[in-house]
Amino acid sequence: MADVQQIIKDVTVVYGKERKALMPILQAVVKTKNYLDDQDLISIAKALDLSAAEVFGTASFYTFLDTVPRGKNVIRVCKTISCHMAGKDEIIHAIEDTLKVKTGQTSVDGKFTLLSANCLGWCHKGPVMLINDKVFPELTAEKAIEILQKYQEED
Amino acid sequence: MSKYLVNLTINDIPVSVPEGTTILAAAKKLDFRIPTLCYHEDLCVAGNCRVCVVEQVGGRALIAACATPVSEGMQIHTNSAVVRTARKTIIELLLSEHNSDCTKCYKNGNCELQSLAHEYRVGDHVFIDLVNGKHRSIDDLSPSIIKDDSKCIRCQRCVRTCDELQGVSALAVAYKGDHQKISTFLDHPLVEVVCTNCGQCVNRCPVGALIEKTYVEEVWDVINNPNKHVVVQTAPAVRVAIGEELGYNPGERLTGKMVTALKRLGFDSVLDTDFTADLTILEEGTELLTRLKRAVVDKDPTVALPMTTSCSPGWIKFIEHTFPEYLPNVSTCKSPQQMFGALAKTYYAQKKGLKAQDITVVSIMPCTAKKYEANRPEMRSSGYKDVDYVLTTRELGMMIKQAGINFQNLEDSAYDSIMGESTGAAVIFGATGGVMEAALRTVYELVTGREVPFANLNILPVRGMEGVKEAKVKIEGCLPEWKFLDGIEVSCAVAHSLAHARKLMQAVKDGTAHYHFIEVMACPGGCLGGGGQPIPTNEDIRAKRAAAIYGEDEGLPLRKSHENPEVKMIYEEFLGAPNSHKSHSLLHTHYLVRKQY
Repeated sequence: MADVQQIIKDVTVVYGKERKALMPILQAVVKTKNYLDDQDLISIAKALDLSAAEVFGTASFYTFLDTVPRGKNVIRVCKTISCHMAGKDEIIHAIEDTLKVKTGQTSVDGKFTLLSANCLGWCHKGPVMLINDKVFPELTAEKAIEILQKYQEED
Repeated sequence: MSKYLVNLTINDIPVSVPEGTTILAAAKKLDFRIPTLCYHEDLCVAGNCRVCVVEQVGGRALIAACATPVSEGMQIHTNSAVVRTARKTIIELLLSEHNSDCTKCYKNGNCELQSLAHEYRVGDHVFIDLVNGKHRSIDDLSPSIIKDDSKCIRCQRCVRTCDELQGVSALAVAYKGDHQKISTFLDHPLVEVVCTNCGQCVNRCPVGALIEKTYVEEVWDVINNPNKHVVVQTAPAVRVAIGEELGYNPGERLTGKMVTALKRLGFDSVLDTDFTADLTILEEGTELLTRLKRAVVDKDPTVALPMTTSCSPGWIKFIEHTFPEYLPNVSTCKSPQQMFGALAKTYYAQKKGLKAQDITVVSIMPCTAKKYEANRPEMRSSGYKDVDYVLTTRELGMMIKQAGINFQNLEDSAYDSIMGESTGAAVIFGATGGVMEAALRTVYELVTGREVPFANLNILPVRGMEGVKEAKVKIEGCLPEWKFLDGIEVSCAVAHSLAHARKLMQAVKDGTAHYHFIEVMACPGGCLGGGGQPIPTNEDIRAKRAAAIYGEDEGLPLRKSHENPEVKMIYEEFLGAPNSHKSHSLLHTHYLVRKQY
C-alpha cells in the first residue's frame, strides 16, 4: 500500500503547503496507486488546510483523477467519433470478453479496469486505447487481446 | 475606491463614476436595473450566469456587467436588440437545465429565475429539456436544509457563501460539463458533513435548490389539535424582520402586530424567547464569574478561558467540527430557544396545571440551524423533545399569509404570561455583540453594584458590523464578595460570521489573542442576518434591522436582564439560583467532538 502521507510530504517539499500543491499531490497519488480513496482526500485536505469538499470537487473535475477503486492497469478505449467509425466497439467487446468485465468495471483479480475515454488525439491511427500512460494505436481485436495477455503475464 | 473619475455613457446618458466601478454599479447609479443571478452584494464576483450581459459599442462580444469595470469613453447599452435576444437565450438555456415545475416548488413566487423568465416571457421548449435522466438527487435528510440538484443553476452563490462568509466550504463545485454539480465531500448528505446548518446558502440561493425544511403543515396540525396546548416563542431578531415578508420596508419594528398575528393563528400562548435570553445572561454570567474565580482565586490550571457564548447553534456545530479542543471553553448554557423549551414543559406546565406531553412548543427563529438544534438528542431535558417545531421568519410570514390575516391593520398586543416578559438586554441578542453587551450590563452590576460605565448603557465598542470587535472593561470598586476581581480588566471579543469566528479562534489557538469572554454568532450581523430571515438579506438591510433592534432596546423600560421580574420569579419559585443543580439539569448541556473533514 502506497504511503500517501509520504507522497504529500514529498510534494509539499517542492510546492509548499499552498493550494497550488493540490494538483501535483492528486496526480502523484493517482500515479502511485491508481485512484484516490476517501481517506486520501481527507489527508490531502488536512495537509493543505483545505476543505474536504474542495479537494473532492477538484479531483472529480478530472477524469484521470479517479475517486473510486481502480485495478492495477487502467485501460481507456477512445470512444470519440473517429475511433468509433474505425471500430472501437469491436475492441471493447474483445476486451470485455477477455477480461470478463463490462466497461466501467474492474476484473476480479484486480489487474484491470476497463473504461472509455473521450478523444485521445490519435484520430489518424484509431481505434486507440490507453493502458495507464501507454498508447496503443491502430488496434484490431486480436492485437488488443495480445497486448492484454502481455500485461497479464507481467506478474 | 479610486479618486479618479471615469466618464462613460449608459444608454446614451453620460455618467461619471470612480475608476474600478463595475458597469452594473454604474448603471444602478442611473437607475437602470441590469438583471443578475450569480451576483450577490455579499459575495465576490463570479460572472458565470451571464444574464447581466450588456453591449459595448465597438466591442466584439457582449460583456458581463457584474464583472467588467468601466473605462473612459465606454458606450454601454443595457437593453439593445442584441442584448435582449442574448439575455432571453441565456435565460432559456438556464431553464433547459432547471427543473421548471414552478407551481410545485417551495420557492414559487420568490425565485429570481422565475421572475426573469416572467420578465422576458420565455417560450416553451425552445431548447431540449436536459433535466430528466441526469444524476440529480434530492438531499432531505437534514432537519434544516433541503438540497435539490434538479433546480440548481450552478451560479455558485452557495459555494461562495460557504467559503467566503462562513469559512466552512461544506459545498464545492464537483465534476464538469453537463455533470457539474454543487456537491459536499463525496456527495454525502449535508447532515454527514461539516455543514453547520446556518442557512446562509439558503438565504442566497436564487432558485429552489437550497431551501429550509419546512414544518408549517405540522404546526397547523398541532394548532388544530384540541388536545394540544401549543406554545409559541419568538426570537429577538424576528420582530424586526417579519415585516419584510409582509410588505414593509426593512427595519420596521413590528413586535406588537406580530404577537397579535400569532394569537390569531391560533397559538394558545404567545411567549418570548427574550425571557430565556435574559435567563441565559444570568446563567452564563454566573458561569463566567465562576470560571474567573477559579482562575484568579483558586489558581486552577484546568479552568477553560476564554469562555465563549453558546447561543448560536451554527457556531456550536462549527466549533464541534473545527476546534473540538476548545469545547471545554464553550459555555454549557443551552441556547435561549432550548432553555425555553425545557422550561415550557416543566415550569410552565407546572404553573398552568398542564402535562408536559400535552404541550407542543413551536419556535419562530431567524435561523435554520435552530431546526437542527431542536433535534439534537441532548435537547430532551423535560423528558420530551423540548422544542417540537422550529419555523423560520419566512415560514411565519407564509402562515400569516395563508391565514388571510391583514397584518398591516392589526392592533398591537402584549406577550402572554408567564415566560413572556423581557428586557432590552434580551432584544439585543438579535444583533452581533448583543449577548456581550447584555452580559456586561449584568455582570458588571452584579460585581460592583453599579451600572456598567457606558453612556445610557450603550456599549458601543461591541456594536456595528466589523467582523471582529474588541472591548475592555476595567472592574473597580467591587462588592466584598467579588473583591478578587478588583482591578481586573475584562477583555472581550465579538465575532460574527464563521469566517471571522475561525480567524478569532485561530488567533486564540496561536496564542496571539488573549480574552476572558468571546461572543460568536454564526451569521453575518448576528441573528438579524440569520439564514431563516427574509430574502434578500444584504449589508444595507442588516444595518436597518440592527438599528431597529437597538431602537427596541432603548424604548424598553427594563434594559438589564437581572431586572426581568419573571426571571427573578423563576429563580425564587423554581430554579433556586443561577447554576443551581436544577438549572444544570434543565438549562445546561454538553457538546460532541465531530469529525473535522
